[in-house]
Amino acid sequence: MRRPMPPLAELALVRTKEFVREPEAVFWVLVFPLILAVGLGLAFRSRPPDRIPVAVAEGPGAGAAAAALSRSPALAVSTLSPGDGREALRTGRIALLVEPGPPPTYRLDPTRPDARAARLEVDDALQRAAGRTDPLRPREEPVTEPGARYIDFLLPGLLGLNLMGTGMWGLGFTVVTARTKKLLKRLVATPMRKRDYLLALVLARLVFLVAEVTALVGFGWLAFGVAVRGPFVALALAILAGTFAFAGLGLLVAARARTVEGVSGLMNVVMLPMWLLSGTFFSYERFPEAARPWIRLLPLTALNDALRAVMTEGHGLGGVLPELVLLCVWAAVSFGLALRLFRWS
Amino acid sequence: MPYHPPVREAAIRCRGLRKSYGDVRAVDGLDLEVARGECFGLLGPNGAGKTTTIEILEGLTGADGGEVEVLGSTWHDGGSRLRERLGISLQETQLAEKLTVEETLLLFRSFYPQGRDPEEVVAALSLGEKRHARVGKLSGGQRQRLAVACALVGDPELLFLDEPTTGLDPQSRRELWAVVERFKASGGTVLLTTHYMEEAERLCDRVAIVDHGRVIALGTPDELVARLHAPHVLEFQTDPPLPPSLLRSLPGVAEEHVNGSSTALAVRSLAETVPALLASADAAGARLVSLATHRATLEDLFVALTGRHLRDA
Ligand SMILES: Nc1ncnc2c1ncn2[C@@H]1O[C@H](COP(=O)(O)OP(=O)(O)OP(=O)(O)O)[C@@H](O)[C@H]1O
Ligand SMILES: [Mg+2]
Repeated sequence: MRRPMPPLAELALVRTKEFVREPEAVFWVLVFPLILAVGLGLAFRSRPPDRIPVAVAEGPGAGAAAAALSRSPALAVSTLSPGDGREALRTGRIALLVEPGPPPTYRLDPTRPDARAARLEVDDALQRAAGRTDPLRPREEPVTEPGARYIDFLLPGLLGLNLMGTGMWGLGFTVVTARTKKLLKRLVATPMRKRDYLLALVLARLVFLVAEVTALVGFGWLAFGVAVRGPFVALALAILAGTFAFAGLGLLVAARARTVEGVSGLMNVVMLPMWLLSGTFFSYERFPEAARPWIRLLPLTALNDALRAVMTEGHGLGGVLPELVLLCVWAAVSFGLALRLFRWS
Repeated sequence: MPYHPPVREAAIRCRGLRKSYGDVRAVDGLDLEVARGECFGLLGPNGAGKTTTIEILEGLTGADGGEVEVLGSTWHDGGSRLRERLGISLQETQLAEKLTVEETLLLFRSFYPQGRDPEEVVAALSLGEKRHARVGKLSGGQRQRLAVACALVGDPELLFLDEPTTGLDPQSRRELWAVVERFKASGGTVLLTTHYMEEAERLCDRVAIVDHGRVIALGTPDELVARLHAPHVLEFQTDPPLPPSLLRSLPGVAEEHVNGSSTALAVRSLAETVPALLASADAAGARLVSLATHRATLEDLFVALTGRHLRDA
């Protein structure tokens, strides 16, 4: 048998082994975020802009009108009986119904976002077919800005969210399970330093972290071409700071809970607001201006902002310093409080 | 100057220990003194306060009142220096199931600046075959041995064992007894709790019988049994049963307990009572179905002291 290492190292090693031997945990940490990224990536993949569905009501002149509309690349045209056409309009399957004239009637619901665009396109197509000549024929130059797609926005947020989830659940469950099994009580019956136990949990997180981050960032790059535009050091430091912050919070939330149900409830109370507010799925700029300074103080907001700044905007360490400092404060305060409040039996 | 006889140094000393949980007085003014090198047993029924007492002594639970001194220091000034000298096995710890025996022992060994070679401890507890097995896959007896191994791996001076053999088969129980005896032979002090009087009689130099958070009897197992007026027990069944008044009139009977169809008599001397019993059964026209005798045990003492049985009190 080998010689024992120092307590902190033994504790971290043991925790790592326990994690690896827990297939469900590996699934939630590594596989689940990938599935989420694939699902969301597919839903929001970039594709040519959708054609707007419009219809022509059957009647004299319908054929000519339909032919004129079909020449527009922005429209998807069908021909329907007048009754079916109104039905389709009412249920939103088409944005606009043309009842051929003369003069033609456009039926549309102006509160629908694509109705205005449909009206412009339809009108252009019909006017031109009727012989209108445009005095100006501007050239179009399509531009796609790299890093401006939804997936570019989403992926750093998913990474942040995943770091929060695995950090908090991972540590919280470990601690509460050990407490209910009286393992914590057995450990404090030894000369083990309490700080070492908690630190080891945080350190063991770092081991899985590498796998977790590589999986998500690598996948985003390979599948969607989401590149890391800033320096890797800045990315690594942001991830580290975030991990420590959420490990600390996880320990704090689990500091006194006696049951897994109890800690789950608390976890949700702490994490749910951040799911909503911290700009993972949509930007927190949508919230009222007065609320934003507070939202920016949340650790997940700081982490998401830092990750986006580095990954999509290409900022270096200097650009994300305030966020990193904020995360470190969260980490230090929550770890310190957790150590104080911790219930060992 | 008054003469003070030299006192043997105590490993554990506590006075007036008290601890309540709400209305429940778990420990209610308990005094205890365990000498170095001694194996001391706390014997008592469920809920007597054994675990609460031992965990207060271990510094894991705070007492409401009373003084505790372990290996010459209190938990206020002892702290982790004191922990290095103790080995502890709790009543209901479940060690991490995903770790192996070897990993668990290495972990516990790492906490102690000085300790025993885990290899040697594994061998001493006959866990060699199982060293690479996960804790979750061990039998109850093997887990219990591992718990004791974790208590021994820091090479303690004082070993606390809370019900080390509860739920074990007789074979595993004897193996654990041997481990405790070896520890004692090497000069260690042991405080253990148990429901089993065979265990107390076999292992313990002295025993305290605890009930409702107090010590109700204290002494060597032999002393305690000798304290009974009637150190023998006579158990028999007759058909039909004999009336209690008849039993009480037999010579040398201190007490009688009727337990269903069988009767137990606590008697001063078998030679005095057995012939009289046979004669009166004959005279009453009752047929003797069974007859057995044994020397009184701590269990009988407990029954005599409290009127209840240890196991189902
Ligand atoms: N944490 C606790 N909260 C509330 N009551 C408790 C607690 N621990 C013990 N008690 C109560 O204190 C009394 C003594 O319990 P203790 O565990 O010390 O008994 P014990 O002698 O070890 O019993 P056993 O033989 O069943 O292990 C019991 O009535 C028990 O219900
Ligand atoms: Mg107990």
